[in-house]
Amino acid sequence: MTEPGIWHFLLGNLSWHALPFVRAWRDPSVSEVIGAAAAAIVVLGAVALFVVITRFGKWRYLWSEWVISLDHKKIGIMYIILAGIMLTRALIEAVLMRTQQAVAINASGVVGPNHFAQLFSTHGTIMIFFMAMPFLTGLINYVMPLQIGARDMAFPYLNSVGLWLTVSGALLMMVSLVVGQFSTGGWSGYPPFTELSFNPGPGPDYWIWAVTLSSIGSTTVGINIACTLYKMRAPGMAWMRMPLFCWTALCTAILMIFAMPPLTVATLLLAADRYAGMHFFTVGHGGNMMNYVNLFWLFGHPEVYILILPAFGVYSEVISAFSSKELYGYTSLVVATAAIAVLSFTVWLHHFFTMGQSADINAFFGIATMTIGVPTGVKIYDWIWTMFRGRVRFTPPMLLSIAFMMTFVLGGFTGIILATPPLDFMFHNTLFLVAHFHNMLIGGLLYGLLAGYMYWFPKAFGFRLNEAWGRISVCCWVGGFYLAFMPLYVLGAAGLARRTQEIFDPAFRPWLIVALCGALVLFAALISLFVQLYVSIRDRDHNRVPVGDPWDARGLEWSIAAPPPEWNFVTIPHVGNRDAFYWRKRNQGAYRPADHYRDIELPKDTACGVIIGLAAGVCGFGLVWHIWWMAVLCLAVIVATVILRAFERDVTRIIPAARVEAVDRQWLAQAEAAQPTPREREQSAENQGLAQWMA
Amino acid sequence: MDGLGMRRRHPGLNLPDDPDHIREQDENDVFGFWIFLMSDAVLFALLFAIYGTMLRGTAGAPGPAQIFKIGPAFIETMLLLSSTFTFGMASIALKRDARNKRLVFWLVATLLLGLGFLGMEINDFAGMVAQHATPERSGFLSAFFVLVGMHGLHVSIGSLWMVVMLVQLATIGRDHKVEINLIRLSLFWHFLDIVWIAIFSVVYLQGLLR
Ligand code: HEM
Ligand SMILES: [Cu+2]
Repeated sequence: MTEPGIWHFLLGNLSWHALPFVRAWRDPSVSEVIGAAAAAIVVLGAVALFVVITRFGKWRYLWSEWVISLDHKKIGIMYIILAGIMLTRALIEAVLMRTQQAVAINASGVVGPNHFAQLFSTHGTIMIFFMAMPFLTGLINYVMPLQIGARDMAFPYLNSVGLWLTVSGALLMMVSLVVGQFSTGGWSGYPPFTELSFNPGPGPDYWIWAVTLSSIGSTTVGINIACTLYKMRAPGMAWMRMPLFCWTALCTAILMIFAMPPLTVATLLLAADRYAGMHFFTVGHGGNMMNYVNLFWLFGHPEVYILILPAFGVYSEVISAFSSKELYGYTSLVVATAAIAVLSFTVWLHHFFTMGQSADINAFFGIATMTIGVPTGVKIYDWIWTMFRGRVRFTPPMLLSIAFMMTFVLGGFTGIILATPPLDFMFHNTLFLVAHFHNMLIGGLLYGLLAGYMYWFPKAFGFRLNEAWGRISVCCWVGGFYLAFMPLYVLGAAGLARRTQEIFDPAFRPWLIVALCGALVLFAALISLFVQLYVSIRDRDHNRVPVGDPWDARGLEWSIAAPPPEWNFVTIPHVGNRDAFYWRKRNQGAYRPADHYRDIELPKDTACGVIIGLAAGVCGFGLVWHIWWMAVLCLAVIVATVILRAFERDVTRIIPAARVEAVDRQWLAQAEAAQPTPREREQSAENQGLAQWMA
Repeated sequence: MDGLGMRRRHPGLNLPDDPDHIREQDENDVFGFWIFLMSDAVLFALLFAIYGTMLRGTAGAPGPAQIFKIGPAFIETMLLLSSTFTFGMASIALKRDARNKRLVFWLVATLLLGLGFLGMEINDFAGMVAQHATPERSGFLSAFFVLVGMHGLHVSIGSLWMVVMLVQLATIGRDHKVEINLIRLSLFWHFLDIVWIAIFSVVYLQGLLR
């Protein structure tokens, strides 16, 4: 073999030019320098992380306590940390895009067209697959088993595999900043633009493999959640006694099981086109790109309900807890959730009204789309009635829920506009659409996930989050959203197309500047979220709630210590009614020692999950750069790990009864000693997690 | 009363009817696998749909009538169908016979039939390639190779799984986990058989009728 032959074998298509530093050196334009700076941040961040962990000698701790853990609570927390990191990156990209549009009016602005296209592609892909999905998966992972009185998920090992597949996808996204370039095809990656003939570079391949990893990970998550809910509810926890969050988790899981495969098929067939020269979506040779569009939205529309349903679940819990009232219309909320889940499979075509089908078909899907507004409206009324005559406490999660109700209804109205095919012919592909879906995604999904984070944080870590900073953050999220996105409705109605890198009408300038200010406020919201976390950790000793029920809430998750012991429940509770814990504490049933303390069996930690996940990520990298030996090697590692794990018999460990008893009695003593807190003072240091209740 | 107990037992659990023999995790393991199969069924359904829309996308390359041969496809069908029968016998042995001999016999028979199927399928594909009917010639050929190839890939994974199970039976013996995995493998295998019936009727028979 000749020299270049060997290098090509070893490094595939990689070359110096793939590094943004080299590109910026050769062509020091603002756009390239920004790219190099972003890459530098990733590299420096990774190095800094490495140094800090080494400096404090935390590698062993991280590895054995977190990375290989099969505890659903730790896996949930890791998902949410991932979501936080990715949210930061995607939000910075959003600010950059808003800056670009505000300054690029009859000027070239700060980033070039290619760079701008990468920005909206990574922003969209990250926000959906590596921010929203991990965030909601993390919340469900953490909370749902506690709510149904289970000790873990049905498949703890699969849970770990799913986490690390998602992390690998996110790592691919980060690596694409440093090595090569990302796709310019948007978060939806439509061919033929993403086909080899138009886009020969590694960008679409990064997109394909990152999304595929996330999609397979989410399929495993869906199977796990559904099976847990079907099979592992505590005795007496009938379907209609489950907390509403569990219902939304179930519907989301079912949607994941049925809606992730279309995405996997879409990305893999696109890969077949790109890697094996096939003709699924090419121009000519019998290819048909409409198949891709149908596949993608067959996933894409259910996906938006995968995203929003868990948020609905959070609102139901939060509003009921902070209104001191039972959830109004529980049954109708359950039916509405299920109806939304079913209907979500019947509307995908509204994403491409303009792509050539007949008016009748468009009318059908337009009407189907509007139908979804009905169950959603039912929910809004239920939440309002839950608050009605309740003792509403305006904690940050509650503020987010109230902001959600108003914002979401607004977004629903613009959704009805877009669901009307003749109107959609005017608005599609404009900033009106961008405003609409951010209205749903920020005002619906993100508020909900943040509310859930703030609501359950004390459960997970044993201390409350600082409420003052929470309020600041909420104000910024809400104000920033309206500033950033209301102008986009105007601009879209005036005809400004989405994904536009340079703008030629100076009349748009004032609106774009307002939108930029809004994006900056949203960035401030994120910063204040981090400040809140920092301040709360700093003051944690003043804000501990070890008894575990800081909000006088209702579900079983509040009936145990905060943070919960790794076995969750000393004895599996028996459930006699809805809002199980609420009634139990009012009938002297809470904070009781067990009759008998027994040994508890828990899954043993394993490194197999992280090995499989990371090997899949490296395999993806090898595929992106055509480094075949790397891809094949990693695939072999995955197969070998799966097989070897099948021979492992020593997969559980026993927590001795004595230890369970000691931990439990210590907690019971804390509960005994704690001062019950009335609702008015729940946001003060007095709150030790023991609620004072009337009647 | 709503609760644990026999009512929650999953129907597909083909284990000796001894309540002590069933653990709660078994329920999950088998039920979870059913859910996975549903997801996998969606994957095949979509590939069928794609194939259906690509029938006319032959772009001048060979079409169904030129490349399909009913003879081998029929033999392949028979091989898979009898492998489903032999796996059924293996399942009976798993439930009724505590010794491994019969179980191993039927598993090996299934494996051989599966490998025979794969061999014939590869031979088919090679024949098509020799006719210059390769997947990069047309949308139709891409869809055909990916649909049928995806099934073949599943059968290969199932065969590898069966080898692993045979090794486990030899080394570990028939413990609980092995039993549960055999039940899951049997579900997988029968599922692949059903998919093949669809391929045989939708792809081969329909293609040759035209
Ligand atoms: C928090 C503040 C956010 C800001 C300021 C923001 C801003 C933007 C901007 C400027 C665009 C490009 C619009 C265009 O095409 O001209 C965009 C696109 C997009 N955003 Fe956001 N966004 C935010 C949050 C989110 C969130 C939370 C999600 C999802 C969970 C999201 C999902 C998307 C998607 C899917 C796209 C489309 C990407 C594409 O065109 O392919 N964004 N966003
Ligand atoms: Cu939709």
